[in-house]
Amino acid sequence: MPPGTKIFDFSWLAGHLGQVWERIVQHLELTVIPLLLGILISLVLAVWAVRQPRVYGPITGLTGLLYTIPSLAAFALLRPILGLSLLTAIVPLTTYTLLILFRSFAAGFTSVPAEILEAAEGMGYTRRQRLLRVELPLAVPLIIAGIRLASVTTIGLATIAAVLGDSFGGLGQLITEGIQFVFPTKYLLGAALSILLAFAADFLFVRIEHVVTPWAHAKAGVR
Amino acid sequence: MGDIVAFFLDPAHWSDSTGIPARLLEHLVISGTSILLAALIAFPIGLYIGHTNRGSGIAINVANIGRAVPSYGMMVILLPICLLILAPGLGLDPTFTLTFLPIFLAMTFLAIPPLLVSTYAGLRSVDRDLIEAGRGMGLTERQILARIELPIASPIIVGGFRTATLQVIATATIGAILGGGGLGRFIFDGLNQGLVGRASIYAGAIMVAALAIGIDLVLAWVQRRLTPRALRAPRRQGVSGPTSVLGGADSLPSTIEPAA
Repeated sequence: MPPGTKIFDFSWLAGHLGQVWERIVQHLELTVIPLLLGILISLVLAVWAVRQPRVYGPITGLTGLLYTIPSLAAFALLRPILGLSLLTAIVPLTTYTLLILFRSFAAGFTSVPAEILEAAEGMGYTRRQRLLRVELPLAVPLIIAGIRLASVTTIGLATIAAVLGDSFGGLGQLITEGIQFVFPTKYLLGAALSILLAFAADFLFVRIEHVVTPWAHAKAGVR
Repeated sequence: MGDIVAFFLDPAHWSDSTGIPARLLEHLVISGTSILLAALIAFPIGLYIGHTNRGSGIAINVANIGRAVPSYGMMVILLPICLLILAPGLGLDPTFTLTFLPIFLAMTFLAIPPLLVSTYAGLRSVDRDLIEAGRGMGLTERQILARIELPIASPIIVGGFRTATLQVIATATIGAILGGGGLGRFIFDGLNQGLVGRASIYAGAIMVAALAIGIDLVLAWVQRRLTPRALRAPRRQGVSGPTSVLGGADSLPSTIEPAA
């Protein structure tokens, strides 16, 4: 750090609120799009795995393998293939959500006691009705716990996507620029906002879980 | 493919301070030391909370908050703190401070939640009747902890250790962005080197993944060995293989019962 540099320059922040806001919005895009795609894919995979238990192992294996690819490498390797487009960030961010989401969804669906399923069957529910009216609502706490962890993970990983360049932006871009130009205000702001955003998402899903599962309050906490 | 094989066969990549052995050692040192420090912090706290069931709410909240902190953001925040406060205070070399300390501390922070939660949850999973029986036999609290609770909880504790280790080995990679060492350097340095760079990125990714999976397999073996004989389940598919790569086997069922 050059001598005389302020650790945090509030006047810079005051003059660049628009730019900072834009980075936050970009970061939300980088988080929400992969999360929605991941939820959609994992839901399909989990329903499949519940109906065909033998596919559970291979799906966990494949999503686990995708999870072991270092994020930095995934972004770097997709760049020459997909170009410097939003897709280059979205694809790996989506695949990283799959292991967490698939596991929690599948665990949620199988957490429904057999007696309840039999009762539903006895009441004449079809498979689809049983899935939508019995299994899905009862799986909600585990499903939300999975989405919560996946959202927080995605917010963190999205900061790394910025290493690739300006086109996806997000809070990681503030960090990259701050470090490049040795301007602590910028990188501290990017880092602090990414942490705050993760906390906010975590809190949001805790609240959602609380609201939609009034029967499970006493059991809220770590999986 | 040929590029990647050539990368590994190039003798230049096996020597000096930027070669594979040196980078691997850096990766192991930063992962090992941070997990060690995290264990020194999380293990005693987890044992106390698990044994006494006092302060469990605080522990769970701390773990949840810790799990939400993005590691890259953490490293960046720690950068000026290390440089301006820790380095002058402890008389550390500035280069070391920049390239090691923030990454090391962020990795320690990353490893604490899974270690703390698994130690606490492992101890709480022990059947209360067993502990009462131990007390009835005249065991001291320390003996109950050492002879009843720890052996029964050990598979869950090692499960948390596996999760922490995997996360740290994988995440230490991003330390390279901030100039840290380790296998992440092959990826980050390859970013702007064109075709040669791509081989370096692939090689780096393969080495990080192989290291994570390899160490996880070793820990899976340790986990099995530490499980008291009477508690050992018949070997199930997917528990010890790369499918458990998230280390989630301890928290979520690894097999699925047929739904109907």
